[in-house]
Amino acid sequence: MKEKNPGTEENKGSSRRTFFKQSSAIAALALTPVSIVKASEKGLDEKIASAFEKMPLRVEINSKAYSLEVEPRVTLLDLLREQLHLTGTKKGCDHGQCGACTVHVDGRRVNSCLTLAVTTEGKKVITIEGLAKGEELHPVQQAFIQFDGFQCGYCTPGQIMSAVCCIREGHANDPDQVREFMSGNICRCGAYSNIVDAVMHAKKGGQQI
Amino acid sequence: MNPFDYKRVTTLKDAISAVKPAASVFLAGGTNLIDLMKRGVTAPETLVDINNLPYNKIEKTATGIRIGAMVHNSDASEHPLVTENFPLLSLALKSGASPQLRNMATTGGNMNQRTRCGYFYDTTMPCNKRSPGSGCSAIGGYTRMHAIFGTSEQCIAVHPSDMCVGLAALDATVTISNGKSEKKILFTDYHRLPGTDPSKDNILQKGELITAVDIPFNKLAKNAYYLKIRDRASYAFALVSVAAALDIQNGLIQSARLAMGGVAHKPWRLFEAENMLQGKRPTNDNFLSAANLAMTGAKSFGANQFKLKLAPNAILEALHLAAGKSAS
Ligand SMILES: Cc1cc2nc3c(=O)[nH]c(=O)nc-3n(C[C@H](O)[C@H](O)[C@H](O)COP(=O)(O)OP(=O)(O)OC[C@H]3O[C@@H](n4cnc5c(N)ncnc54)[C@H](O)[C@@H]3O)c2cc1C
Ligand code: SF4
Ligand code: FES
Ligand code: FES
Repeated sequence: MKEKNPGTEENKGSSRRTFFKQSSAIAALALTPVSIVKASEKGLDEKIASAFEKMPLRVEINSKAYSLEVEPRVTLLDLLREQLHLTGTKKGCDHGQCGACTVHVDGRRVNSCLTLAVTTEGKKVITIEGLAKGEELHPVQQAFIQFDGFQCGYCTPGQIMSAVCCIREGHANDPDQVREFMSGNICRCGAYSNIVDAVMHAKKGGQQI
Repeated sequence: MNPFDYKRVTTLKDAISAVKPAASVFLAGGTNLIDLMKRGVTAPETLVDINNLPYNKIEKTATGIRIGAMVHNSDASEHPLVTENFPLLSLALKSGASPQLRNMATTGGNMNQRTRCGYFYDTTMPCNKRSPGSGCSAIGGYTRMHAIFGTSEQCIAVHPSDMCVGLAALDATVTISNGKSEKKILFTDYHRLPGTDPSKDNILQKGELITAVDIPFNKLAKNAYYLKIRDRASYAFALVSVAAALDIQNGLIQSARLAMGGVAHKPWRLFEAENMLQGKRPTNDNFLSAANLAMTGAKSFGANQFKLKLAPNAILEALHLAAGKSAS
């Protein structure tokens, strides 16, 4: 085939739409998502192409402006980890059930696994990588170390991002309240009691959270 | 997840016209829709992102408060108009999901979330709700989370929302727009029973958008409680929940509001028990009679048999907790 590889630099100008128009529907069939199969059965090449169309996305992540191209079905979690290699944010369940993927979007804690990346257009995202000031750890990070708020550490980035908001929201006034308002973060190692201590300590420390 | 087109809309008109095609759906917080799409339970071709629609305020009206469809569950749960006038709703909202999910979830999305019946989620199993006519795997299957009221031979699933139980108890109304005109319906009439068509959870038609929920002012704020019984202390769906609110004056119940979650295909309002309590004293005996009356017609399906005992006990407890908060 003389066609240029659609993934390479030289081909950047032409869109994926062109690629799908050039290639046969058979190639697309191998990818088999329902709507694609349906579209190709109906001979709707245009539809096949648009299903894979990437959208422009302008978003600020950890105080850095990004101009990206993403497929609508890419979650914020997958964008961070797979495309931007910000692997601090963890994938636990991928279904909103564990909190490992917690990040801040415009200052609010959310589950990045259920957030479509395209919905963060024009927003400010903070991940665990963006919490420390240079070499100086964030007070909540410091508290997790001081109080052993983890064992394996897999849930920890999510716990810390969640804890920062828990304190900022005013939901860290006593251990019971911390337990309730940190309940969206599951820890398989069961480091809960130390996590509560760390959050209470960070809150009482009086530092800017 | 299947590939799809994504459209961002900022006006009601655009939202309605974008959602008209058969395989187009609204995207609000995405906490239910994206989950279902990842599991292949649903595969829309177009998502219409309604997060930028202007229905994002909580306002005081002449007769009550109005909560916009796009208001996040966390914001509603902490808003002074809600916490001061309708503490029951605030408690119900805070008992749902997790702080992160409540930051994403919206009023309209919460109302339209689908059941958590495990067979509905498992695309390898028959389910009349997901795939009409295929059968109901829950009947004769594992039913611990399933309904005891208003079931049909086609479906015994429950509506999983906590917020909706609070709104049903508080006589809320729903405003629905088709882009040209608006209609208002009672919250208790919004969700439906499964009957012969479990695929429909509620009365919303294609091309309609929920814009707001209104709650009329009442005298129930002093004695209100939302009791949620679940498998762990937080971040779990209700096995049974009870919204209870009482207007107690001079030692007598002037009016009562009671609704249950986790027991039916819709928030289950207990009108007869409410009427029974009216004019009575808030005593254990009266609460017990109300709880027993509320259980009329309950039917279990194997593993959910415990709900027949748990539900009346939860009603009794919720009534005591509501009454106990009395300032008098
Ligand atoms: C792990 C987990 C635990 C949970 N626990 C609980 C719990 O304990 N209690 C509880 O109550 N809930 C719980 N939830 C469910 C959660 O509350 C819902 O997912 C959420 O409320 C849905 O709101 P959303 O805005 O994210 O809706 P979306 O997922 O965006 O949408 C849901 C549906 O509503 C439709 N829709 C949205 N807005 C409108 C509108 N304005 N008009 C018409 N249609 C609309 C959408 O098209 C879609 O079909 C839990 C969810 C998860 C993932
Ligand atoms: S109870 Fe309803 S949702 Fe569950 S399998 Fe049966 S039909 Fe499907
Ligand atoms: S990975 Fe997002 S909640 Fe588990
Ligand atoms: S430290 Fe291992 S999961 Fe929390």
